[in-house]
Amino acid sequence: MTDTTSSPYLKVENIVKKFGCFTALNNISLEIFESEFVCFLGPSGCGKTTLLRAIAGLDIQTSGTIKQAGKDISTLPPSERDFGIVFQSYALFPNLTVHRNVAYGLENKGMAQPDIVARVKELLELVGLPDQGDKYSAQLSGGQQQRVALARALATSPGLLLLDEPLSALDARVRSYLRHEIKALQHKIGITTIMVTHDQEEALTMADRIVVMNHGVIEQVGTPNDIYDHPASPFVADFIGSMNFLNGHAASDNLVALGGITIRVDNAQKALDRGQITVCIRPEDVATRGVDADNENAIEATVAELEFLGSVHRATLDINGNGSLRFRADFSANLMRDLAIAEGKTVHVAFPPDRLHVFADRVDTTQSP
Amino acid sequence: MSTPNAKTATLGPALKPKVSGEDWIMRVVLVGIALYLLITMVFPLYAILSKSFQTDKGVFLGLDNYIKFFSTPALFWSIKNSLFVTIMTCVIVVPLAFIFAYALTRSCMPLKGLFKGIALIPILMPSLLPAIALVYLFGAQGLIKGALLGHDLYGPIGIIIGESIYVFPHVLTIMLIAMSTADARLYEASEALGAGKVKTFFTVTLPGVRYGLVSAFFVCFTLVITDFGVPKVLGGKFNVLATDIYKQVVGRLDFEMGAVVGMVLLAPAVFAFFADRIAQRRQVALLSSRAVPYEPKPSRVFDTSMLAFCMLVGAIILTVLGTACFASFAKFWPYNLSFSLNHYDFDLMDGGSWDSYFNTLELAAWTAVIGTTVVFKGAYLVEKSKGFKIGRGIIQFLCMIPMAVPGLVLGLAYIFFFNNPDNPLGVIYHTMPILVICTITHFYTVSHLTAITALKQMDPEFEAVSSSLKVPSYRTFFRVTVPVCLPAILDISMYLFVNAMTTVSAVVFLYSPDTALASVAMLNMDDAGDTAPAAAMGMLIVGTAAGVRLVHAILSRGLLRRTQAWRYR
Repeated sequence: MTDTTSSPYLKVENIVKKFGCFTALNNISLEIFESEFVCFLGPSGCGKTTLLRAIAGLDIQTSGTIKQAGKDISTLPPSERDFGIVFQSYALFPNLTVHRNVAYGLENKGMAQPDIVARVKELLELVGLPDQGDKYSAQLSGGQQQRVALARALATSPGLLLLDEPLSALDARVRSYLRHEIKALQHKIGITTIMVTHDQEEALTMADRIVVMNHGVIEQVGTPNDIYDHPASPFVADFIGSMNFLNGHAASDNLVALGGITIRVDNAQKALDRGQITVCIRPEDVATRGVDADNENAIEATVAELEFLGSVHRATLDINGNGSLRFRADFSANLMRDLAIAEGKTVHVAFPPDRLHVFADRVDTTQSP
Repeated sequence: MSTPNAKTATLGPALKPKVSGEDWIMRVVLVGIALYLLITMVFPLYAILSKSFQTDKGVFLGLDNYIKFFSTPALFWSIKNSLFVTIMTCVIVVPLAFIFAYALTRSCMPLKGLFKGIALIPILMPSLLPAIALVYLFGAQGLIKGALLGHDLYGPIGIIIGESIYVFPHVLTIMLIAMSTADARLYEASEALGAGKVKTFFTVTLPGVRYGLVSAFFVCFTLVITDFGVPKVLGGKFNVLATDIYKQVVGRLDFEMGAVVGMVLLAPAVFAFFADRIAQRRQVALLSSRAVPYEPKPSRVFDTSMLAFCMLVGAIILTVLGTACFASFAKFWPYNLSFSLNHYDFDLMDGGSWDSYFNTLELAAWTAVIGTTVVFKGAYLVEKSKGFKIGRGIIQFLCMIPMAVPGLVLGLAYIFFFNNPDNPLGVIYHTMPILVICTITHFYTVSHLTAITALKQMDPEFEAVSSSLKVPSYRTFFRVTVPVCLPAILDISMYLFVNAMTTVSAVVFLYSPDTALASVAMLNMDDAGDTAPAAAMGMLIVGTAAGVRLVHAILSRGLLRRTQAWRYR
């Protein structure tokens, strides 16, 4: 879907947005291609919504340019740009019926009434609400309101669809259903789409590419697989998925000392200056089945705590027996039975070198075992 | 990328957002509203301020007028008198209104709606009317004058009783709002922690309404110290600031001293205004959107005592209204109490006429229609337009000023500004338009705040969605904003209508023989000794205001059912 050979549909260059002396966006550059589904992902306050609003022209950036379909739209008011938008609150007009909400933008274009009726019917069928045209938004569920807002945004066939946390006001089941629906709809009509979210699962399942943001800068841009498997920064490693952060120092080119043990890291990671480093591994990447002391990077550890997560148990393992070096590893349900894992038991696990990520310096993280 | 913002921002040239056509329309209207507020508010207030420093020939005097004021005991003592009756009234009314509101919100007594309705009746009265009723009750020929134990009604006693009745519904309204925001979870927590009723009252109830109490106190203070109707009728030889302004201007034609007294009256009103704003801001912060409404539980002793209290207060208000009504229909009080409509034959009275009643209707209608339009449009632009931050801030500030300005001061300010021969706008002096403009300005702030509250409850993204759909903002204003805010718009128009009918203070300086008003006619007839016709005119105002309110309620219910169908699932 990502056709990087053609020229980008939306080109954001050196965007800076300041609110007083606070810098909300710090020199953001980004390219988005035709028909792509891009997610801006980050914690609250990272600037993702500010960037979306700059693209929409709702809060124009302090400096920098935005080009859409080759045209410089940097200073244009929203009414002169080409986009449809869906807000977290949906912003459906409460005094108008579903039909009139969807028709709102069409009526203004001077379309003939029969054409409007046909178009609204088509849109409501597209979002799966063919019979709800005469209702008011207060009579609809949150998920239905969300779909009406989507139909309204798509009515005028804009070139760009902007979604500002569209699913965060919904409950978990509706959210996962709509995630699929919106993605399928986007695929079907091929509209270039930008969605802002703080929910990594949403971004990973829906996006063609994810833009991870933090403190007003872009940390990493890449496909969901890229971002998950090859986090470019400790922040990305920490923010997406679960991750163990182990402090150590580089002993030689490929060897890293962690507390009392030494492990080998992959060649790709070796180009590090000697000194303080952080080694990261996801709990699910820790090898647990059929590991003994002879395995590469094998570690003998004691099970300190067990957390039941449904299909797996997440164990907190203690390497030195004194709590100074702990990490988490996932054990599948049948492995739990096979090895009779219990708190206090000693197990052998291994860090596969190709699953390790090494970052310079020590890292403060939000996740710690 | 280890530390955030480590990359140096290469700041390109700062962007100047393109201003769209409709942004320009908004700005032009915004400037128009600002001009309106300047002409109807700021310039007149400047005129009265400068007048207080001048001789009658317009020569600048410095502080001479003020020195004269403070060295004339008769004038100077009015400050003490005003403060005395005002604070006494607050001390009486605020606790009474607190208990009344407590009964309506925290007890399970029956007939709450009825008692609330009765308690709000004085809102429909010009303040002259309770004063006149008191004359019939406690005056020289009063029905129960013995109840005053030989004390004279005319003076502080009469003023305090009259003001108490006049301001009670205003204070009650504030207390009701403060109390209705109780969070049931706090009460449950208090109960779960083993606190008794008394302890809960002092640790949960009272702290929850403390800003409401402060606000109620200051509103009461402002209303009483600036009220003119009650002391005009019941003041006797007891001078207060409000009557002094009137005496200086109408009695002695000493406009400069009137301006000085006006400035002196402005000071406490402005102080009370700012204190109230601070209190209200804190009250809002106490509100949490997740609060669970409090549901009172029945308690026989408590509910019965609350009912008894409400019946007592209700009886007092109904007695006042009933007395005025009875007196207006009695042939010759107190000697011949048979039914007669003589007192309603206003054209025969000195200072009264049926024309004045119709003028009042005309004033109220224009004020409601024009006032609502200006206020709502202004509030919309302040709240929803983009950019132009400083201009919007200034307008927001201007909209708050009228609340702090006593009606008498505003009226006098209008004389100075519009009756100036050099002012081309002087053509509207002594006409209906100046009465309409003055009345709108006088009641601007509350209307503006009502509109702002309604607009704030609207999704802030409506305008963003509309512009993304290329729908001009004026279209969204008429198709979405106005319909959604219709309840608030109707409330504003009702508020303006009723106040235009009952106000005396500002318009008393501005009417002409052709534009005499009912409330002013009441004043003049009472002055001329025609107390019964004054009561009759007062009843006419109350009846009309009540009738219009009823029609408004029925109309808006019908209208709401049609246009607000979305509110009901």
